Amino acid sequence: MVDEETIRVVRCGGSELNFRRAVFSADSKYIFCVSGDFVKVYSTVTEECVHILHGHRNLVTGIQLNPNNHLQLYSCSLDGTIKLWDYIDGILIKTFIVGCKLHALFTVAQAEDSVFAIVNKEKPDIFQLVSVKLPKSSSQEVEAKELSFVLDYINQSPKCIAFGNEGVYVAAVREFYLSVYFFKKKTTSRFTLSSSRNKKHAKNNFTCVACHPTEDCIASGHMDGKIRLWRNFYDDKKYTYTCLHWHHDMVMDLAFSVTGTSLLSGGCESVLVEWRDATEKNKEFLPRLGATIEHISVSPAGDLFCTSHSDNKIIIIHRNLEASAVIQGLVKDRSIFTGLMIDPRTKALVLNGKPGHLQFYSLQSDKQLYNLDIIQQEYINDYGLIQIELTKAAFGCFGNWLATVEQRQEKETELELQMKLWMYNKKTQGFILNTKINMPHEDCITALCFCNAEKSEQPTLVTASKDGYFKVWILTDDSDIYKKAVGWTCDFVGSYHKYQATNCCFSEDGSLLAVSFEEIVTIWDSVTWELKCTFCQRAGKIRHLCFGRLTCSKYLLGATENGILCCWNLLSCALEWNAKLNVRVMEPDPNSENIAAISQSSVGSDLFVFKPSEPRPLYIQKGISREEVQWGVFVPRDVPESFTSEAYQWLNRSQFYFLTKSQVTAPLKKAEESLPTTPFYFILGKHRQHQDEKLNETLENELVQLPLTENIPAVSELLHTPAHVLPSAAFLCSMFVNSLLLSKETKSAKEIPEDVDMEEEKESEDSDEENDFIEKVQDTNNTGLGEDIIHQLSKSEEKELRKFRKIDYSWIAAL
Amino acid sequence: MGGRRARRRAANGRQPNLPPPSPPPRALPAHFRLCARSTSGAEPESARARGAGAERGERREGESAAAGMGEFKVHRVRFFNYVPSGIRCVAYNNQSNRLAVSRTDGTVEVYNLSANYFQEKFFPGHESRATEALCWAEGQRLFSAGLNGEIMEYDLQALNIKYAVDAFGGPIWSMAASPSGSQLLVGCEDGSVKLFQITPDKIQFERNFDRQKSRILSLSWHPSGTHIAAGSIDYISVFDVKSGSAVHKMIVDRQYMGVSKRKCIVWGVAFLSDGTVISVDSAGKVQFWDSATGTLVKSHLIANADVQSIAVAEQEDSFVVGTAEGTVFHFQLVPVTSNSSEKQWVRTKPFQHHTHDVRTVAHSPTALISGGTDTHLVIRPLMEKVEVKNYDAALRKITFPHRRLISCSKKRQLLLFQFAHHLELWRLGSTVATGKNGDTLPLSKNADHLLHLKTKGPENIICSCISPCGSWIAYSTVSRFFLYRLNYEHDNISLKRVSKMPPFLRSALQILFSEDSTKLFVASNQGALHIVQLSGGSFKHLHAFQPQSGTVEAMCLLAVSSDGNWLAASGTSAGVHVYNVKQLKLHCTVPAYNFPVTAMAIAPNTNNLVIAHSDQQVFEYSIPDKQYTDWSRTVQKQGFHHLWLQRDTPITHISFHPKRPMHILLHDAYMFCIIDKSLPLPNDKTLLYNPFPPTNESDVVRRRTAHAFKISKIYKPLLFMDLLDERTLVAVERPLDDIIAQLPPPIKKKKFGT
Repeated sequence: MVDEETIRVVRCGGSELNFRRAVFSADSKYIFCVSGDFVKVYSTVTEECVHILHGHRNLVTGIQLNPNNHLQLYSCSLDGTIKLWDYIDGILIKTFIVGCKLHALFTVAQAEDSVFAIVNKEKPDIFQLVSVKLPKSSSQEVEAKELSFVLDYINQSPKCIAFGNEGVYVAAVREFYLSVYFFKKKTTSRFTLSSSRNKKHAKNNFTCVACHPTEDCIASGHMDGKIRLWRNFYDDKKYTYTCLHWHHDMVMDLAFSVTGTSLLSGGCESVLVEWRDATEKNKEFLPRLGATIEHISVSPAGDLFCTSHSDNKIIIIHRNLEASAVIQGLVKDRSIFTGLMIDPRTKALVLNGKPGHLQFYSLQSDKQLYNLDIIQQEYINDYGLIQIELTKAAFGCFGNWLATVEQRQEKETELELQMKLWMYNKKTQGFILNTKINMPHEDCITALCFCNAEKSEQPTLVTASKDGYFKVWILTDDSDIYKKAVGWTCDFVGSYHKYQATNCCFSEDGSLLAVSFEEIVTIWDSVTWELKCTFCQRAGKIRHLCFGRLTCSKYLLGATENGILCCWNLLSCALEWNAKLNVRVMEPDPNSENIAAISQSSVGSDLFVFKPSEPRPLYIQKGISREEVQWGVFVPRDVPESFTSEAYQWLNRSQFYFLTKSQVTAPLKKAEESLPTTPFYFILGKHRQHQDEKLNETLENELVQLPLTENIPAVSELLHTPAHVLPSAAFLCSMFVNSLLLSKETKSAKEIPEDVDMEEEKESEDSDEENDFIEKVQDTNNTGLGEDIIHQLSKSEEKELRKFRKIDYSWIAAL
Repeated sequence: MGGRRARRRAANGRQPNLPPPSPPPRALPAHFRLCARSTSGAEPESARARGAGAERGERREGESAAAGMGEFKVHRVRFFNYVPSGIRCVAYNNQSNRLAVSRTDGTVEVYNLSANYFQEKFFPGHESRATEALCWAEGQRLFSAGLNGEIMEYDLQALNIKYAVDAFGGPIWSMAASPSGSQLLVGCEDGSVKLFQITPDKIQFERNFDRQKSRILSLSWHPSGTHIAAGSIDYISVFDVKSGSAVHKMIVDRQYMGVSKRKCIVWGVAFLSDGTVISVDSAGKVQFWDSATGTLVKSHLIANADVQSIAVAEQEDSFVVGTAEGTVFHFQLVPVTSNSSEKQWVRTKPFQHHTHDVRTVAHSPTALISGGTDTHLVIRPLMEKVEVKNYDAALRKITFPHRRLISCSKKRQLLLFQFAHHLELWRLGSTVATGKNGDTLPLSKNADHLLHLKTKGPENIICSCISPCGSWIAYSTVSRFFLYRLNYEHDNISLKRVSKMPPFLRSALQILFSEDSTKLFVASNQGALHIVQLSGGSFKHLHAFQPQSGTVEAMCLLAVSSDGNWLAASGTSAGVHVYNVKQLKLHCTVPAYNFPVTAMAIAPNTNNLVIAHSDQQVFEYSIPDKQYTDWSRTVQKQGFHHLWLQRDTPITHISFHPKRPMHILLHDAYMFCIIDKSLPLPNDKTLLYNPFPPTNESDVVRRRTAHAFKISKIYKPLLFMDLLDERTLVAVERPLDDIIAQLPPPIKKKKFGT
C-alpha cells in the first residue's frame, strides 16, 4: 500500500443500477445489473452484492446470459469490447475486441456463435443493429471484427429492439415506425402510425417493444400510455393490432412472461400491470412501487420478475405479484439541494433522496441505509406541477438534531416555507419531528448551520435568508410544566443594512458567527449577538464561507462569485491573503485544518487542498472531473491511512468525496510526484511573492495581482471599502499600523492584534507546543490510534485540552 | 324482454292533436355573400389566365363584388325538429352489394353500396310493426319479421310489401335464412323455432323444432345447413335440422364482473363451419363454444354492458360485435406463428363511432357496418381489404335520409316539414334590418308555426308537398292519399280536405305541384304517373302515364318545368323519362346511367334538365333538343374535380336562379354550391373549395383564379336550401347535437373506468 502511493479519482458508488434491464441467472438465484463500468451480481434472496465484475474501461451498456452456457454472462461496453464472464466466481473468461462503441447487446439461442449489438459508426445519431460473430479461439483476447448489418436507423435504447419467436425476426421501433426484419426471408416490414401532426394522435410515438415468446405477436408501448399488440405482421397489408390502454402516461417498458400468457407493463404511475391473456378486462396490478418503472425483466425460470425504478432501485417480484426483495442504490433522479452531509452517528452520506425524503447512504457498502420522510406529503407525479422541495438540511449537536428546510414557490410572490427540527431518538434509532416552524423567514433560506461547539450548553441554530435577516434559534424549555418538552424558538434576529444574508457559519468553538451579506462578511459574538467586525473585499457576493479549524481557527475563508478566495485573519481583522480561484465547492475537513476547494474551469474541475495558515497548497489535482462538481464532502476514515508523502497526508484521516452530475467519487492514493508549479501556488503565496516575481510576471495574464499597489491589504481595504461599512478609526488605525509592520516581517501567522488579551499573548508559546502535539498525534496515527477531534481556540478550551493531553499521553504510554 | 334495456320508441306523432305549441323561432336571416359572379366576368382573357392561375395553385378564388350580385339574405332555419329513428337491423346482400336497414319505427331502407352508398329505396314504417329481424334470402328477396308476429316480404321493384305471414308463435325475435337461401327460420317469443320453405312467390310453413323454455333471441345456421344454433335466455341450443331436436344445450355463465346477474341474454350467435359457435351476451362476453361437445372454449370479456350483435365475414376469418356502450370490436383469425397452421381468434381494433347502443352489425367483404340507437349508419372500410387507398376507404356515416323532407312555398314564404306521423307548416320570419356581409340581422317578425297536421292511422308518411302558391298541401301514406286546401284570411288559416280521392290515388311515392299550382303530379307505387287538375277547390284527374309494358318500376323523383310543359320522372335504375304535359305523351328518355339519380330539375327558360347522380356527376340535358347540352359535354370531357367526385353525400336538391340562367344551385348535406356555367371548370390542380375571397385582390387575379364551382360550407348539416326570390335564400339545418339531445341517454361510461 505504501509502496505505490497514488491518488486517483475513483467512482465509488451511486452509479445507476437502473441504466439497463437487469438480467436474471437461469436458476433465478442471481440478478445482474450494469453499474457504471462494472457489472454487479446480486443475490435475489439476500439482496447482497455477491460480485462486482471489474474489467471494462467505460460504461457497461448491456449484459446478457450466454444462451449456450447459462453460467456465463456476456457484457458489452462503450470501450468497444464484449467480455464473457464466469459470474459465479467473478472471473473474466474472454474479451472480444469489436473496436467501436457498443450501445446494447442481445443474444439469441439460435444464432450459435454470434451476438447482436447496437453500434453507431459514422454519424453520431444514427445507430445500427449489427450481428457480431464471436470467433472461437483459446486466447484471452480475441478480435471480433466481423460485423454484419441487420437494421439501420434504430433507436439507441435497447428497449426499442426485441427478438421474437426464437430469433426468426427482430422488431425495432423508432418514433412512429415499427420495423420487423425477418432473418430467413431477409425482408423488412415497416408499419407507420399516424404522426403527431394529427392532433388526435398527438403522442403515439413508440417507446418500447417486446416480442411474445411463442406466438408471432409484438407488443409495443407508446407515449400516450397505449400498448399495441401487433399480429399478422408478415403481411404489409393484413397486419392488425389490438390496443390495451391503462397507463395514463408513457409506457416505459414491456415484458412478456416466459410462457407468454401475460404481459407486464410499467410507467410513471409506479404500478406494475400484468395483462393476462392480453385482454383489456383481465389485468392485475402491483401498485405503490415508489418510483417510475424504467425497466421490467423476467427470469428465465419464470418464477420472478424484476422492475428497475428511476430512484435507482431494483425490486424483485414474485410471480404472484408480491415484492420479495429490494436492491436500493443511491437515489439521484432529482437535483441535490441539500448538498452532501455526513451523519455524525452512522457516518452515512446524507442528501436528497426520493421526492421529499433525505436518504442515508452508506458509502462503504454502496447501499442505502434508510430514507427519512421530511415533507410527509403525498407525492403527485404530474408534469409541470411545482413540488415542495427539500432545500436545506443540517446536522447539529453530534447528530442529535437535524434541521430541514422545505419550500415551494409557485409564483414570485407566493412562497411556502417551512423549517423542521428533528431530534434523534435513541430508542427508535431515528429522527423524530420536534419543532415545525412555518415561514421562519419572509424569503428563501440561503444557509443554516448549527453551533457545533462542544461546550455550548444550549443547541443553537442560525438561518440566513434572502429577506436580509439571519435568525438565531435556540432550544428552550417549552411550556410543559415538567420541563420535559423542548422546542426551538427564535432568540435573535440580525441584519446588516438590508442586504441579503447569503451564508452563515460558526467558528469551531462556537464563539463567533460569521454571516455574509452579499459582499460583506459580518462577525458576531455568539454570546451577546453583537456585531464584532465586518470584512468587505468588494470582490462579488460571498458564495462560500467557512472558518478555519484547529490551528487555523483564527482564519475565516470566503469564496466570492467573482472567483476570489479570501482569507481573513480574525485576530488582526485583516485580509491575510487572497487568490483568484473560481471556487465551486469549499469544504473544511472536520479532522484537520485542511480545506478542499474545487474550482471550475472550461476544461474541467480542479481540486486544491490547503491550510488557511499556509500560503502554499498542500495538494493540487487538475482535472478531477470533466463534469461540473456539484458538491463535496470530507468523510472521516474508519481506519486511518498512512501516507508518508507530505502532499497526501491530508487523506490520512479523511477521504474527500465529491458529487458530479452523475457520480459520487473519491480521490484515493497517489504516487509521489514532483509538485508542479501551478498558478495556485502563486496565488496563495502572497508573502513569497517578491521571491517569485519572475514567475509571476510570466503568469500575469491569467492572474490578477490582488495584493494591491503596496501589497498591503489594510491600505487597500481602507481605500476601497465603502465608508459605511468601515469599522471605527481606532480599529483601523491599529490594523493599518500592523499591516505596515507585517510587510517587514517574515512570519505573519504569529501576529497578534492588539485587541487580543494579554492572556492570550502569554499562551502563544503554549500554542506552539500544541502544534507539536498535533504533529505527534498525526504521527501516532500509524499505530491506529482512535483520534479525538482536537480543538484549539478559546482559552478555557485550551486549558481543558491541556488536561486532555496529559490523559492522552498516558494512554499512549500505556500502549 | 328479460334484459336491462327496454325498447325505446321515438315519440314522434304521439302528441295529442291539439293546437301545437309554437317553439321559439330561430330563423336568423343574415347577409351572406356567396361566391357567385356575374356572367359578364367571362371575358375572353379569362381562358388564357386560367392556366396561369392553375400553376400558382395557392391563389384564392376571385369574386366580382362590383356588381354585388352574389349577395343573398339567408333564412337560417333551425326549427325543423326532425329526429331519425334508431337503426334496429341491417342485412347485407353480397350478390347485389346492397344493404337493407330497418329502423325502430318499421321503416326499411335499401342502400346501394356500389352506387356511392346511396339510399335507393325505402319502405315506410308502421306503428305496429317493430322490425326485429331482417334477412336476404333466395338471391335478392328481402324478408323481415317483427314483434307483431308476422314475416313480411318486400317488393323491391314496386316498393311495397308483398305479403305478410303470421308465424303463430308470438312476437318474432330472430330470423335466419338457410345458407342455400331456400329456407327461413324464425325464433319466437314462445320458445319455438319455426322453419319456412321459400317458394317463388310466397313462404310456406314447414315445421317446428323442439320447443324451448324461453324466447329465441338469435339464430344461426351452420354453413352446411345441417345444424342451427339458437340463442335464448341463459343458454344456447344446437338443433339438428333433419330431426328438429336439440343436440346440445350450452349454459351461459350469468356472472358479470363477479356479480351474479338475474339473467344472461344471448343476443347473438354465429355458427362457423368448423363447428364453433360464437355467442355474445348481456354480460358483456364474447364466447367460443365447441358445438360437437357443447363446451366453452374461450371467453373474451369485452364490455361492461351488453354485447348486442355479431356478424361474421363470409370467409370466417373475422367477425365484428357491437356493444351497448357504442363500441364495435373487430375479431380476427390470425395464425399463431408464421410457419404454423394453427390459428387463433384475436380481438383487434375497437371502433367507437357510436354514442349509443350498437343494435346491429354487418360484415361486408370490405367493410364493417354498424347501426344503433344513435341513428347513424356507420360503414367502416377494412384497410387491409381495400386495394387502393382512395376516398372509398374512408369512413362513412349516414344520418339523414337521401330524400327531401321539406317543401317550400316561395310565394307565401312557407316551409312544410315532413315527420314520420305529422306535417308542420311554418311561415318564415322577416326583417327590415340591413347589414354587412356576415351580419346576423334581428327579426322584426318571428317565424310562425301555422299548422300541425297529424296523420290518421299507424302508417308513416311517405311523401308530402306544398304547392308554390301555398294553398294546397298533399301527402300520402301507404294506403291513403290526402289533399288539403288552405285558406288564408289575415292570420287565420283554415284547412279543408279534398274528399273523394279516386281509388288509383291510394298511395304516392312522390308528389309535385306545377309552378302555377294548377296541376298536381303524383307518382304512384304502381309505376303510373297521374296528372290532376286543380282549380279553385275542385279536383280533376287529367291523365295517367302508365309505365312501359313489362316494368313495374316505381318512380321516385319528379321534376316539372316552370312553364308546366315538361315533366321528368326518374325511377330507381332506368333512365329519366320526360313527358310532354300538353300533349300528354312521352317526349323522350334520357339515356340510362350506371348510378341512380339523386336529384333533378328543369331550368326555367331553356328547359334544360339538370340531373345529379349518386356518383356526383351532373348532367344537363336539353329537353327540346333531346340531347345533352354543350356545357354538359364539355364537363364530361374534362371531368369533375377529384374532390368533387369524392364527396360522399348525394346532391338532394337542384334549383335555378330566376335572373341568372347560367347558374345552377345545388346542395348536399354538407355544402351548398353554385355552378356558374359561364366560367371555366376547375381542373385537379386548382382549389375546389374556395373560402371567401380576400377583397383586396385585384380583378385580374380574381378572374384568373375563378372557376365554375362556388361552394359554401357554412350551413351543415343542410337538409334543404332553396331560393325564395332573387335575393333571398332559405337554408334548413339540423345540428347533430340537437338530435342527440332528443335521443334516450346513452350508457354513462367513465373515461378512466373507476
